[in-house]
Amino acid sequence: MPVRVDIEAPVTETRFLPRADLQRLLDVLAEAGYECIGPRVRDGAIVYDPVTRVSELPHGVTDRQGPGEYRLQAGAGGRCFAWANGPQALKPLLFTPQESLWTVRRDAQGRLAFIPAPPVARPVAVLGVRACDLAALRLQDAHFRDGPRPDPAYSARRDALFLIAVHCTHPAATCFCVSTGDGPRADFGYDLALSELDDGFLVEAGSVAGGVILRRLPTVEATTDQRQVAAREIESGARAQQRALPGTDLRDTLFGRLEHPRWEEVAQRCLSCANCTSVCPTCFCYSEHDVPSLDGTESTHTRQWDSCFTFGHSYIHGGAVRGGTRERYRQWLTHKLGGWHDQYGRSGCVGCGRCITWCPVGIDITEEARAVCAD
Amino acid sequence: MAARAASAAAVASPGARSESISRKKRGRSVQTEPWVNPHLPHEAEIVERIDESEHVFTLKLRLANPAQHAAYRFAPGQFNMLYLYGVGEVPISIVSDPEHDDLLDHTIRRVGRVTDGIAALKAGDRLGVRGPYGRGWPLDALEGKDVLIVTGGLGCAPSVSVIQYMMRRRARFGAVTILQGVKHYNDLLWRARYEAWAAMPRTRVLFSADTGGPLWPWHIGPVTGLFEHIEPEPGRTLALLCGPEGMMAATVRALRGLGLADSAIWLSLERSMHCAVGQCGHCQFGGKFVCKDGPVFACSEIAPLFSVKGL
Ligand SMILES: Cc1cc2nc3c(=O)[nH]c(=O)nc-3n(C[C@H](O)[C@H](O)[C@H](O)COP(=O)(O)OP(=O)(O)OC[C@H]3O[C@@H](n4cnc5c(N)ncnc54)[C@H](O)[C@@H]3O)c2cc1C
Ligand code: SF4
Ligand code: SF4
Ligand code: FES
Repeated sequence: MPVRVDIEAPVTETRFLPRADLQRLLDVLAEAGYECIGPRVRDGAIVYDPVTRVSELPHGVTDRQGPGEYRLQAGAGGRCFAWANGPQALKPLLFTPQESLWTVRRDAQGRLAFIPAPPVARPVAVLGVRACDLAALRLQDAHFRDGPRPDPAYSARRDALFLIAVHCTHPAATCFCVSTGDGPRADFGYDLALSELDDGFLVEAGSVAGGVILRRLPTVEATTDQRQVAAREIESGARAQQRALPGTDLRDTLFGRLEHPRWEEVAQRCLSCANCTSVCPTCFCYSEHDVPSLDGTESTHTRQWDSCFTFGHSYIHGGAVRGGTRERYRQWLTHKLGGWHDQYGRSGCVGCGRCITWCPVGIDITEEARAVCAD
Repeated sequence: MAARAASAAAVASPGARSESISRKKRGRSVQTEPWVNPHLPHEAEIVERIDESEHVFTLKLRLANPAQHAAYRFAPGQFNMLYLYGVGEVPISIVSDPEHDDLLDHTIRRVGRVTDGIAALKAGDRLGVRGPYGRGWPLDALEGKDVLIVTGGLGCAPSVSVIQYMMRRRARFGAVTILQGVKHYNDLLWRARYEAWAAMPRTRVLFSADTGGPLWPWHIGPVTGLFEHIEPEPGRTLALLCGPEGMMAATVRALRGLGLADSAIWLSLERSMHCAVGQCGHCQFGGKFVCKDGPVFACSEIAPLFSVKGL
């Protein structure tokens, strides 16, 4: 296991790490046994991939996002975190797109032996996590880990995770975390948090493990001036957000409007392609399948991401409960912004805007929620 | 598997069995065990197979691990996930009496991929079983009350265990009325069982069939047509409903017309299920997971969403 030393006192002050020493952070994490995952440019997007060298980070790259639109462009000076979120958050690292749950062996007498897949977790440090993603992670934790029947694989991977947040200063046009109360500043759930300045990074520790790593970095005490600049940048990012949900709790309004004409209207545009659910950091649906071996002696029971936009999702004998796109879009929106309040005490939307950016026809959750909730 | 906790309790004291049942009477299953792997089935043997009708059969199961079988506890209205080797899992209600039956009975209608395969199995064959899952019927609330049971088709399966439970403790309940509706008169299962129940004190059994026949002396038409023959007393009657959603919606309307409050009407919902432990999202109904918050709900818990099409 990597560093989890509880005897050292927590680091409470904000430190400054010169830009030239950022590589030390990656090296210290590697020395502590973590594989580091961070932002990299791949396929025209900023994605989380393994990084070992600072040169692999997206230097000088920023993004332009809009409904159904995502483009990378130059223009961030020398900064490497001057972008808003890419297509995926932490979800695929913990709730993996596909994995086997157990295997069953059948012997010649027809006896069955069920063998659980052993939870495998390697220590992973993620660099560049945003406030909205930490909020989403907290919801996935509540769903997969903190209930009466914790998912073994998720829990193991979660326990081996080290998170380095970056306070967000470059929200995209699709972001609305201010209106959901989840950003742009990361307030909880991180081991370390960074603020990117032109000449370096402010570093705060959020956990004992974070403090241990921080102590190994060549930092100096941050100046008041540096802290004020960082705070101003976060503040101006927050003010730049163009979208908002019409409230943080739309449960009663949405469930009171299940026959609103807007559901039919959005169904005319929605392709039921399920992109929105794949990119959403809080969507948790999965389906289970058996993959029998060719010789018939073994079968592997797997799970993979599923979506309430598919026909099979609500299929029971005789047909799908939600047979059309109207019912499926309604299910998604009323669940995300309504049903979650019953299940986890808050909305299931953290305002990351991914579903707006990655919807091929540019359907905008804030606009649909507004339309249904308007009188 | 939930058997684990009960197992520890059962070993600890001989009184554990009844204690565990009485805890379940609150309608919650006992799930206090440190959960090992919520997805993993356990091997079970088919001890006996009974053909009930052309498409319906009953399997009596015993868990292969004797200690686990002995410790297995469930409440009427709960279900198991039955796993067919190489094919998949389906949710099926447990119809045994929780206190009296040694084997785990499941009455299954063959309708598709998994149930067709299960239908081909015979005594001695093996299945995977995990459970019990969900919240069953509100046994505590039923004590001392008149109980009206309205079922449609194989909806009778989840209600059989609660009826048997009441019949075996008949004195603890008031008047019991069982209304069973079927599509076709041929679909009526368990005639002998219904006759035995009808012979119990203060117990009535009425049938209806959408399509009658020469040997069908009972009502022809929807099950709600039987309501003119009964006079449930609001305040002391609880209604338990199980069957297709349209049938339950019509029954809820009829019961409201007779003055029953939504909190006195309980129903068992059916939704697609994969995980049965509140994680895969398939069974969502508004803000509920049918697999863990239900399948049995008070109508007041799910109104006004209940009977909205496509939810
Ligand atoms: C709580 C509960 C209790 C039940 N109790 C009983 C009972 O006591 N007796 C009884 O006979 N029935 C019962 N049922 C119904 C029973 O579970 C279904 O009849 C059974 O699941 C049918 O399975 P099948 O594979 O044979 O049928 P199919 O019609 O082939 O498939 C139905 C199920 O298979 C899965 N499925 C099929 N196609 C797809 C697809 N394309 N993508 C994803 N998933 C798919 C889904 O889970 C779906 O619900 C109960 C259901 C519930 C929810
Ligand atoms: S619903 Fe859309 S904006 Fe909200 S968390 Fe999911 S992807 Fe992000
Ligand atoms: S809202 Fe957009 S992304 Fe979601 S299913 Fe419809 S078309 Fe696809
Ligand atoms: S069956 Fe998976 S959440 Fe209910």
